[in-house]
Amino acid sequence: MAAPNALFSRSAAARRSQYQLAGIAYATPAALVVGVFFLVPLGLVLWMSLHQWPLIGDPTFNAPANYTRIRDNALFIDAVWFTLKYTIVVTILLFAAAFGLAMLVQRPRPGVGFFRTAFFLPGAVGFATASLLFYGLLSRDLGPLNPILSALGLIGKPISWVSGSPNLALGSSIGLVIWRWAGFNMLILLTGLQAIPGEVYEAARVDGASRWQQFTRITLPLMRPTIALVLILMITGSLLAFDQFYILTNGGPDNSTTSVVMVIVREAFTRFDLGSAAAVSVLVLATLIVFNVVQLRVLRRGDRPAGD
Amino acid sequence: MRVQQLAARTGYYTTAAALAIVFLFPLVWAGWASVKPTPGSGQQVGYGFGNFIKLAHYGKGLPTYLLNSTLIAAIAVAGTLVVATLAGYAFARFRFPGRNLLFLAILAILMVPYPTLLIPLYVLLGWLGLQNTLVGLALVLTMFQLPFATFIMRNSFEAVPRELDEAAMVDGATTLAVLTRILLPAVRPGLITVGLFAFLASWSDFVVPLILISSPDKFPLPVAVVNMQQQVFGSIDYAALEAGVVVLAAPCMVLFLILQRGYVRGFMSGSLKG
Repeated sequence: MAAPNALFSRSAAARRSQYQLAGIAYATPAALVVGVFFLVPLGLVLWMSLHQWPLIGDPTFNAPANYTRIRDNALFIDAVWFTLKYTIVVTILLFAAAFGLAMLVQRPRPGVGFFRTAFFLPGAVGFATASLLFYGLLSRDLGPLNPILSALGLIGKPISWVSGSPNLALGSSIGLVIWRWAGFNMLILLTGLQAIPGEVYEAARVDGASRWQQFTRITLPLMRPTIALVLILMITGSLLAFDQFYILTNGGPDNSTTSVVMVIVREAFTRFDLGSAAAVSVLVLATLIVFNVVQLRVLRRGDRPAGD
Repeated sequence: MRVQQLAARTGYYTTAAALAIVFLFPLVWAGWASVKPTPGSGQQVGYGFGNFIKLAHYGKGLPTYLLNSTLIAAIAVAGTLVVATLAGYAFARFRFPGRNLLFLAILAILMVPYPTLLIPLYVLLGWLGLQNTLVGLALVLTMFQLPFATFIMRNSFEAVPRELDEAAMVDGATTLAVLTRILLPAVRPGLITVGLFAFLASWSDFVVPLILISSPDKFPLPVAVVNMQQQVFGSIDYAALEAGVVVLAAPCMVLFLILQRGYVRGFMSGSLKG
């Protein structure tokens, strides 16, 4: 390379720093929003968890009382077990439903666009809206489910789906979640399925692989990163479940469907104890970070043989 | 072989159609239940909009809640578009100190559970004088949109060939002129995707306003309808509730059906690289 003359390099340096300044200027609004509404609250929640922090009035330092008291919070302990149980059941069922739908609408054929839209459409509706919809749909007063089932002779008397028993309430919530989220997850899985080149299947067919072998030896291994992503989204979403229980079952019957996030909201706005709510929030955050790190490890390991 | 093919095709379309009915039925039912005659509701005899009229007079009145929801969605969509477009431009075209750190911080929003942020945000908004305001709420919703929106916009800008802006720069255009005159038209699909996502999320959001908004005249529609469901003593007016569901769901479904292509494309670029 020839030595650049002094004048040119100085103006280039000036231009470069001007360029840097422009970049900083364009990034500033994002930095402000992230700083004020994300990083500061993140620090504040830690600070709050060390204080007796009433909804109204001055906070006083009381660490580590907010954390030690969590152990004695029976509602929270029950909520943890319930949330874990719910997460396992919902993740399995939702994944099976989403994967089944994705396989069903994977190949282009007449009418497949309509089916994709039909399966996804509940995903365009807000989750709270969907919960309200199901509250009416499953009600004994207005809901069509009881009349249909009794006309078919499947049930003798009307069933209270959302409040009849803990299992019915859980089942109703799971039905709602699958209806609202199956199409959304189907779409993510579909992008993964369509990224697998058709020639791979072609070659397997020439070698005499059966449909099942193609599925287990090609589809599943190549889908691993996408499957991991979908599972992370499902598990995180389920651990943070709120709307479906707050609106559909109201945590009942007898607090049997009270989730961890419901306990946080209750600590803060029913018991007016923001410090305790902050401590539970920090605990949830720590759990999710550990979980995400483990998941990402698994995801990375799956990425390498596929060749990114 | 022919018969087998026919049987397979019939089986496929029967299964898919049955599933489509299962997924569409609740939506169709909500629409029907909101206009059909129901004893004890706002629509007792014949089909009509009695439940919507009853809903219109509930609490502070449907117009108030609709206006609140519209304002929140408008500020959140505009805020997300402006902030994410500028940030996407910065990440795609400029090198500056703190660039990677900021990008990581934005993505980290996805890692933090929303209740962890809402409790301190409730206190923080109070300090900023934004507690119980639609602007404060919309800014928080904008923050929650940023990871996805910035990611999509950065990818959109990166997909535009650099030669385009370099040619304009040689002609003496400023970086801002390059953005507004050359790049913005080129990234329109990305803008539509980001705007649609921001609208669907902010119009329908329930938890954030539930915690950050305390006075009933500032409730957005989802919070108002849930209040109607939970505050009525005695019998719940399910028909009016479904009328509320229709008002909430209709704009989302219409926008989604119109902009479906943009939505799916954004989805693909988001999930493939994420």
